Amino acid sequence: MTTITTALGAPITVADLTKTFPSEAGPVTALSGLDLDIAAGEFIAVVGASGCGKSTLLRMLAGFELPTSGILEVGGKTVTAPGPDRGVVFQDYGLFPWLTVLENVAYGPKQNGASRKEAAERAERFIDLVGLTRVSNRFPSQLSGGMQQRVAIAHVLCNEPALMLMDEPFGALDALTRGSMQRELQRIHHEMGTTTVFVTHSVEEAVYLADRVIVMAGGISHGRPGYIKATVAVELDRPRDVNAAQFNDYRRRISGLIEHDSDSE
Amino acid sequence: MTATTEAPTAAAPRPAETTVRSPSRLAKHAKNLLFVVALPLVLVGLWALAVRGQWNLPLGIDMRFVPSPWAVLVRTWDLAVGSSEATSGSLWRHTAASTLRVANGFVIAAFLAVPIGLLMGRIRFVMGLFDSTVSLLRPIPVTAWAPLALLLIGFGDRSTIFLILIAAFFPILINTIAGAANVSPRLLEAAAMLGTPAWKSFFTVVLPSSMQSITSGLRVGLGLSWVVLVVGETVGIRTGLGALITQARDMSRTDIIIAGMIVIGIAGLLSDRLLTLCLRLVTRGRPGLV
Repeated sequence: MTTITTALGAPITVADLTKTFPSEAGPVTALSGLDLDIAAGEFIAVVGASGCGKSTLLRMLAGFELPTSGILEVGGKTVTAPGPDRGVVFQDYGLFPWLTVLENVAYGPKQNGASRKEAAERAERFIDLVGLTRVSNRFPSQLSGGMQQRVAIAHVLCNEPALMLMDEPFGALDALTRGSMQRELQRIHHEMGTTTVFVTHSVEEAVYLADRVIVMAGGISHGRPGYIKATVAVELDRPRDVNAAQFNDYRRRISGLIEHDSDSE
Repeated sequence: MTATTEAPTAAAPRPAETTVRSPSRLAKHAKNLLFVVALPLVLVGLWALAVRGQWNLPLGIDMRFVPSPWAVLVRTWDLAVGSSEATSGSLWRHTAASTLRVANGFVIAAFLAVPIGLLMGRIRFVMGLFDSTVSLLRPIPVTAWAPLALLLIGFGDRSTIFLILIAAFFPILINTIAGAANVSPRLLEAAAMLGTPAWKSFFTVVLPSSMQSITSGLRVGLGLSWVVLVVGETVGIRTGLGALITQARDMSRTDIIIAGMIVIGIAGLLSDRLLTLCLRLVTRGRPGLV
């Protein structure tokens, strides 16, 4: 396997973060007084019922939304706009349909000053990292969902971001592909050491991948802003066995935290 | 008959690989051609019958005054290569003159409408500025512009090109606006996330995303350019398919009129195919663009 120079992940600091959206019925507070510290290189999963604000938090880390108040810093710098140091892997991939796999992955480096040749070389390394060398001249429409998602991961990693943000990236995939993608991601994270924030609905996925699982609760349907209910550190050696007793203990505990919240409606 | 056991090299005749391929390809082309000419042939057949039988069609169309398909064919031939009367052999002259005007008007319209459309589709300020004016001007028919063009620009080519420009401009503009306004926000977010400054994503995301709509607009615009040719060439033009038809109308020569119409139709068809071919070449066969 090719060795990629490990990008040093960046630490994340979130303090007293509040986000309010204007709406016809008056301002809606999506998040209120959120505090979160993430160490460089950590893999964080964020779980919670729908509407609890996990995607909002992710979009704010990415720079697509700005805080209403509070501190949001990545690598010590306040986030003001999206950028290649904070890559986002979307659930619907975000690939350019008119570009080949190679061109899609080389796009980032080219935008950031690399020459065509350098960009292509870098792209080839990351395409190899995700195991898609054989289809590098195909267009996204010619690939399966899982392959497209791997291209999405490659085109984000090609910029060697300090932070990788993933918004339910495997949600659109079938169970088998999802499983192999989780293993792939774990391997990639191990090789690259990029700080990762991974939003998911699947508790199993969270326990499998993460160092720490953040459980969020609240949301508009609960009548209060989103907040962090609990943080669970998953102290299991990798690769993790989804059938092990300890794994299921974590799973049960976290599911319980989520269910308890949605029951009290 | 017992087969003598010979060396395997004296094999049974090999399947004729080349002949297996060509009949099926030829058959496929023949089938396609049949499909294409089927309806026109039927219509021409009905036309011939209607003239022969002097049918009275609904809406008061009296087929007595319509020349037969054969008469039109003869006239077209004469226009192309004949020498018997004033209009003989003039087809190429007229076609060339009209084609040049259409090309000019259309190309200028495209170069104006596409950039304006992209800006209007993406920047609310620009849209607000131009929208009401565009909506006001758009329904005005070229027929109404013609006298004004004559006064302001004068007789000749330039007036015609101006009128064709007006006809082609609006469909290209409207379609481009629609394409630009419907660019996937996800792709714009992805571009920003990958480090593309906003102005640059205009070229790397907005333009490719809008290409299919722009293509539709261009095709409609080109078609309309031919449609308004007859009106466009009523500004003191002597050479051109529209002028030919107008002169024929003054002489009550329905055979020349219909011949002229058919030639315009063919020119329109060919120019559309040429446009599509050019666009395909420019986008190099990439998916989602043409």
